[in-house]
Amino acid sequence: MRELALHLLDIAENSVAANAKTVKIAVEEDPKKDWLKMSVEDDGRGMDEDLVARVTDPFVTSRTTRKVGLGIPLLKAAAEACNGYLRINSAPGRGTRLEAEFQRSHIDRMPLGDLAGTVLSLLIAWPQIHWMFRYRANGTEFTFDDEPIKDELGDVSLTEPSILGYIRETLQEGVGSVQTSSF
Amino acid sequence: MPAVKSLDDLKRLKEEALEKRKAKATAATAQVTVAMGTCGIAAGARETMRAILDTIEADNLSGVMVKQTGCMGLCEMEPIIQVEIGEAPKVTYGKVSAEMAKRIMKEHVAGGHIVSELVIPTK
Repeated sequence: MRELALHLLDIAENSVAANAKTVKIAVEEDPKKDWLKMSVEDDGRGMDEDLVARVTDPFVTSRTTRKVGLGIPLLKAAAEACNGYLRINSAPGRGTRLEAEFQRSHIDRMPLGDLAGTVLSLLIAWPQIHWMFRYRANGTEFTFDDEPIKDELGDVSLTEPSILGYIRETLQEGVGSVQTSSF
Repeated sequence: MPAVKSLDDLKRLKEEALEKRKAKATAATAQVTVAMGTCGIAAGARETMRAILDTIEADNLSGVMVKQTGCMGLCEMEPIIQVEIGEAPKVTYGKVSAEMAKRIMKEHVAGGHIVSELVIPTK
């Protein structure tokens, strides 16, 4: 993976696979304290202690078609290489929260990448899920909740060209405004 | 708070979309599915997805459903996309870069012609 945003996309797909109804994605940067945190929180089926303990092992997956899952181990390795960590809180029936922290200025820290593109991909592909996104840096915050949009649209598709443009611009402008006002 | 587009804007766009739908009785529905497992994402599936969405926007392609699926067990062929138009059988494309996705959207989804050199033969 070349971007943290791609890791977020990958981790969020786990929430989809866990039958989540609501998924919250958050990214926060603090250049002064020199950290970058990101988290994915869902209300999916959750994991028991045993699976949580083993889930960062590259040879554990809940999928049955193949027996190797690499998403979480890859992110854990990336975080730990940057003096950070990856933490998972989960309980069966109560969902999962995954958090990763990086030393922001670390030479090996991947760029954040296209956050707007990640959120756009998720909400277009999984419209039945309620997506919430928050990006905060240095006191500036952009929050996005797709529910008011979907309520307004009714049965009009998110992939109608003009609607798609509206959502893409909302996300790009929101992410952009945090980035330009903060650094 | 950053200046975000308002829901009124969205309301207007929705009304326009509904008008357009009324004018156009029945178009064959197209469904494009992008494989987004860890393998697909690492191989560039999000950029493929972005190119698909950008083409829908740029070429004003109505009635295209865009979906995702997980790893299909063909990781070496990622990014993989599948195109299904109306009742026609599903066509699977492999190693679909953003550029190729754009071409598939124009030629197959909009034009109805399969881009045969990119197709992965399926049983």
